[in-house]
Amino acid sequence: MARTAKASDSDKKLSNVSKDELLKYYREMVLIRRFEERAGQLYGMGLIGGFCHLYIGQEAVAVGMEAASKDGDQVITGYRDHGHMLAAGMDPKAVMAELTGRAGGSSKGKGGSMHMFDIATGFYGGHGIVGAQVSLGTGLAFSDHYRQNGNVSFTYFGDGAANQGQVYESFNMAQLWKLPVVYVIENNEYAMGTSLARASATINLSQRGASFGIPGETVDGMDVFAVKDAAERAAEHARSGKGPYILEMKTYRYRGHSMSDPAKYRSKEEVDEVKTTRDPIDHIKTMLQQAGVAEDEIKAIDNDVKAIVLEAVEFAQTSPEPDPSELFTDIYTEA
Amino acid sequence: MTDILMPALSPTMEEGTLSKWLVKVGDDISAGQVIAEIETDKATMEVEAVDEGKVEAILVEAGTEGVKVNTPIARLEGGAAASPAPTRAAPEAAPVAAAEPTAAPVASKAEVRDPEFPEGTTMIKITVRDALRDAMAEEMRRDDTVFLMGEEVAQYQGAYKVSRGLLEEFGERRVIDTPITEMGFAGIGSGAAMAGLKPIIEFMTFNFAMQAIDHIINSSAKTLYMSGGQIKSSIVFRGPNGAAARVAAQHSQDYSAWYANVPGLKVLAPYDAADAKGLLKAAIRDPNPVVFLEHEMMYGNEFEIPDVEDFVLPIGKAKIQRTGKDVTITAHSRMVGFALKAAEQLAAEGIDVEVINLRTLRPLDTDTILASVRKTNRLVTVEEGWGPCGIGAEVAARVVAEAFDDLDAPPLRVHQEDVPMPYAANLEAMVVPSVEKIVKAVKAVTYR
Ligand SMILES: Cc1ncc(C[n+]2csc(CCOP(=O)(O)OP(=O)(O)O)c2C)c(N)n1
Ligand SMILES: [Mg+2]
Repeated sequence: MARTAKASDSDKKLSNVSKDELLKYYREMVLIRRFEERAGQLYGMGLIGGFCHLYIGQEAVAVGMEAASKDGDQVITGYRDHGHMLAAGMDPKAVMAELTGRAGGSSKGKGGSMHMFDIATGFYGGHGIVGAQVSLGTGLAFSDHYRQNGNVSFTYFGDGAANQGQVYESFNMAQLWKLPVVYVIENNEYAMGTSLARASATINLSQRGASFGIPGETVDGMDVFAVKDAAERAAEHARSGKGPYILEMKTYRYRGHSMSDPAKYRSKEEVDEVKTTRDPIDHIKTMLQQAGVAEDEIKAIDNDVKAIVLEAVEFAQTSPEPDPSELFTDIYTEA
Repeated sequence: MTDILMPALSPTMEEGTLSKWLVKVGDDISAGQVIAEIETDKATMEVEAVDEGKVEAILVEAGTEGVKVNTPIARLEGGAAASPAPTRAAPEAAPVAAAEPTAAPVASKAEVRDPEFPEGTTMIKITVRDALRDAMAEEMRRDDTVFLMGEEVAQYQGAYKVSRGLLEEFGERRVIDTPITEMGFAGIGSGAAMAGLKPIIEFMTFNFAMQAIDHIINSSAKTLYMSGGQIKSSIVFRGPNGAAARVAAQHSQDYSAWYANVPGLKVLAPYDAADAKGLLKAAIRDPNPVVFLEHEMMYGNEFEIPDVEDFVLPIGKAKIQRTGKDVTITAHSRMVGFALKAAEQLAAEGIDVEVINLRTLRPLDTDTILASVRKTNRLVTVEEGWGPCGIGAEVAARVVAEAFDDLDAPPLRVHQEDVPMPYAANLEAMVVPSVEKIVKAVKAVTYR
């Protein structure tokens, strides 16, 4: 049942990869990275408050997974959510303005970094409670199954969240009822300051569904094509009525857990090693170069992305604060 | 040309030390490159460049202390034509915390000395954070059955550094890092307590204790009763409660009223360092389940506590934090500071306010409240949580039931607006109780 998708698997497929596809993923990943760097900067300036968890290092996961999704599919994750939203196609302006708590934000400034939603792109949050999104994502899949609409719920959670009890309650029901859910475990090796090995009796997270009979794979989450490949297999399994599927994405977060975490629990060498040898953006950049894409073309994307992000930054600062009357709206739906 | 600014690394950081530059004038830097290290009281952090370009000038030398957030620390030349530094909104425009009245205790003549402090003892200054740590350390030294368990309590020294040093002193047997499994470890703690151990279960914040509330209530609060007195449950559930700064709906909630509703639990909510130390020691010794509600925004505040060997405060006794004759304010936790500040403002206007620091929410010290109201004839309750069915509602009900004839005005309640906590700075500031709201309520009950 266990299967390991290695980079070589995806390399084999590369001949089928079009230049356009390469450029598309490159652009999406660079957008997330540049967006997050700016978010970090705005946090540093006091324009973003509270907790802010950056996705830098994990870009290939959200982008590769998105490549396997179809219209109507749902996405749900925890508080480290900016990357998923951008990958899902949300307007960077609305995401950034939510981070600054402005009226133009996707939740009108009421939710903030950890709690963002966008029904138009099928993005169901942005949840602050570790593990909660796993049951919720299973519920989204329940609705797909109930309606027999052929859609799949992509439910993301971390290596730390993988120990929450409700994850296993959800696994059991998902398999029992053959719900179309793809569980994407973003194993970035740490849950706040706790490494996977210090918190988990078994560390092969792809096999966490084994006792329920849920198939799982470990995937190189730093390789967007390996992710996409696995995502297609998993989505096909779920869509065809066979039930849930688990993808354990081996990835890494470059920054501290949140902006205020100095990340003393891991060495600088460890972080540098990943940055220099496994960086998902460097990886695809190399592929672009190998495919003969001109430096200018890459640079043009970089500039484009930079402009998009700066526009989002500008919008996030000029969009007004929510009107005081908004305080009392959205508590109840008008019956 | 782009200025690199001194970044804020936490919602409450205002300044820091620029400890080290990793680049020099003339270096080309790229986005994401680590360019400097800065230090705050809590940590050393790396500063990454967001823009690319050549370092034109270093504006703040390495080793400079007290560098205010948003001060330009270096300048980049070129490369940045398309990248103006984001328009700098005045940092004041984005308050990171609801107006903090004072960090230090309000020194006011009317403020009274805690009768529990032994006469003539010397006082020492300590933060609430360290007072909590000392309380746990002292109790762990005295009783081997006491242990601390929770997320990040050991190696990380506590998510808010409350358990700093405990792993070193007591080792892994007694200071235990858990996975993120609140229901599981609250249940394990409850089970261990059934078997006679005295667990201190730390929730990273009480927002996450909602995952575990079944064990707090069903497995701990009710056990003695269900077992006909056979099984004791001496356990402390502790952690920060209430509204932190800008963390929004799922991370900002006051659970005081939730737990205070439950028979079998004792519920404590310290305000200052003395409360924190004296009450946490009492909680650990108590043979019952205790919910101990701390406040993140108070951890760094310094207060005086008596420098005595074994400082324990009684559970179930409120403290008159400030004496006055015109109006009684009841408050707990961080709101005591707000109430004291309001009292000071009102004193200037000739209204003499008595502030009661409730300290214990269950069992509530009704006697102290009633005695005060019988003197002042007016009551304002203050709490951070929602109003309906809240602590203020309970206090007011007891006062109305037992001192109705002593009241010269209907009691008023100050509390969080009846909405989930919004993220936006302006909305958040409107939602939480403020000194102004307290002043207004006091004026209303005094018909001023
Ligand atoms: C129920 C609950 N417990 C604790 C927390 C505090 N917390 C927030 S994120 C986090 C670590 C989660 O790690 P992981 O699941 O690996 O996700 P990552 O942050 O690495 O993306 C913790 C302990 C929380 N938000 N919710
Ligand atoms: Mg993790």
